[in-house]
Amino acid sequence: MNMMSDAATEKAVNAPADEPVIKMRGKDVCVFYGPKQALFDVNLNIRENAVTALIGPSGCGKSTFLRSLNRMNDTIDTCRVTGDITLDGEDIYDPAIDVVELRARVGMVFQKPNPFPKSIYENVVYGPRIHGLVRNKADMDEVVEKSLVRAGLFNEVKDRLHEPGTGLSGGQQQRLCIARAIAVSPEVILMDEPCSALDPIATATVEELIHELRENYTIVIVTHSMQQAARVSQRTAMFHLGVLVEEGDTDKIFTNPDDPRTQDYITGRFG
Amino acid sequence: MSEPHTVTAYDDELRWLSRRLSEMGGIAEGMVADALTALINADTALAQRVISEDLLLDQGEREIYEKAVLVIAKRQPMASDLREIIGSIRIASDLERVGDLGKNIAKRVISIHTMAQPKKLVRGLEHLSELALTQLKEVLDAFSSHSAEQANSIRERDEEIDAIYTSLFRELLTYMMEDPRNISACTHLLFCAKNIERIGDHATNIAETVFYVATGQQMTVERPKDDESASVVADPAE
Ligand SMILES: Nc1ncnc2c1ncn2[C@@H]1O[C@H](COP(=O)(O)OP(=O)(O)O)[C@@H](O)[C@H]1O
Ligand SMILES: [Mg+2]
Repeated sequence: MNMMSDAATEKAVNAPADEPVIKMRGKDVCVFYGPKQALFDVNLNIRENAVTALIGPSGCGKSTFLRSLNRMNDTIDTCRVTGDITLDGEDIYDPAIDVVELRARVGMVFQKPNPFPKSIYENVVYGPRIHGLVRNKADMDEVVEKSLVRAGLFNEVKDRLHEPGTGLSGGQQQRLCIARAIAVSPEVILMDEPCSALDPIATATVEELIHELRENYTIVIVTHSMQQAARVSQRTAMFHLGVLVEEGDTDKIFTNPDDPRTQDYITGRFG
Repeated sequence: MSEPHTVTAYDDELRWLSRRLSEMGGIAEGMVADALTALINADTALAQRVISEDLLLDQGEREIYEKAVLVIAKRQPMASDLREIIGSIRIASDLERVGDLGKNIAKRVISIHTMAQPKKLVRGLEHLSELALTQLKEVLDAFSSHSAEQANSIRERDEEIDAIYTSLFRELLTYMMEDPRNISACTHLLFCAKNIERIGDHATNIAETVFYVATGQQMTVERPKDDESASVVADPAE
């Protein structure tokens, strides 16, 4: 017995080295739209520097959960969130939290590329400017170039930075939106079906980008493509009817899921 | 499988694979059984038929391989479906090998049918082949029923085949030492025994695949020992 507990103590001391760091923690999260409950007691941890995919049939609450991670739900009048959501251990629903600052730390990329009707340059520099991250032209040039390089778009647009962002192809627009999101140096990037409006080649470019961004950011992506979830993520969370059904290593979820609902969904058996 | 897919053509494709595999399994079983009957009765016509049937298994393996590749490309299978499709490819290749081994026994029948064969040894071979065939039949059942338990017990029984093979090996050596005129026939019989032992190994491979398809886990425990004839030496002093 003694030896056992010694070994256990030793293990506990050594453990933190390989323990993944939890960037965001959702505890007993419930979300209501008016009287209708859309999420039921969701407990989900988001690992740092990993891509977490949220999957599940349409209407199961993926976007609702994603939006609760940067309080995008606040913009919906009827929406009410209960439970705890923390970022680096800090309660993001604390009344003292500055929501604008929160959304700079937890950025978002939407389904349809939605560049502002302004130049490519202005699209990228907009966020840093309102957050006071840039003081002069040199700062702005630097942040624009750095963000576009990181988004894998710089070479394609460097000669037309002052042309409208809306003139780019769909895939380029989406990468511009990603550049815009990373321009404010977020820690977490939320993506809601970022490729659903893109063709396969543009999709591949964005997936490659997600793969590279993972080193420096924590990414949560909602996708209706199981193959995409399997390709880009390390962790997968499966939702069904507002309930988190199963969460685990992506490799395991797509080869040998534990829950029959996950099995039915990913193999195409949902009626 | 449990629930049907939303896309019913997908179910048809999976069913096609599993039906085609069962057919291959039936042919492989038949070939091995016939090869042994041919050996026992020195029936060269039957041996010829076994040899010609091998083509069917080659063709079956190719068809399953092509169909599986096509299904993967079209449906991007996941989880249990993916395991089943990959499993089909592996099992088809094991069955194709079983066919080759059966064919090899049949060829030897043609070489040795005129030679005198020690009755006792042929009976030993017959017993060995009955065990291997039972393994093969059961593993095909286990595949159709996705039974991990059955797959497990099949793998465990492979030890028995190995033990009988090793004792046959010893006996054959003894015969050859007693009278060098036995060497030619005994060498062929030795290869036949080895082929049957290998068929048992393929049944074991299939059992491992079935287990993985059914559970998503690899059989972890150490596989029972291989044939031990590798360490058997002839001791003329005995
Ligand atoms: N703004 C809203 N007002 C009312 N109900 C909503 C709103 N947004 C989503 N819902 C409802 O909440 C549930 C979950 O929706 P959502 O999170 O968009 O699902 P998903 O992203 O998985 O398709 C659905 O039943 C949907 O109808
Ligand atoms: Mg959605």
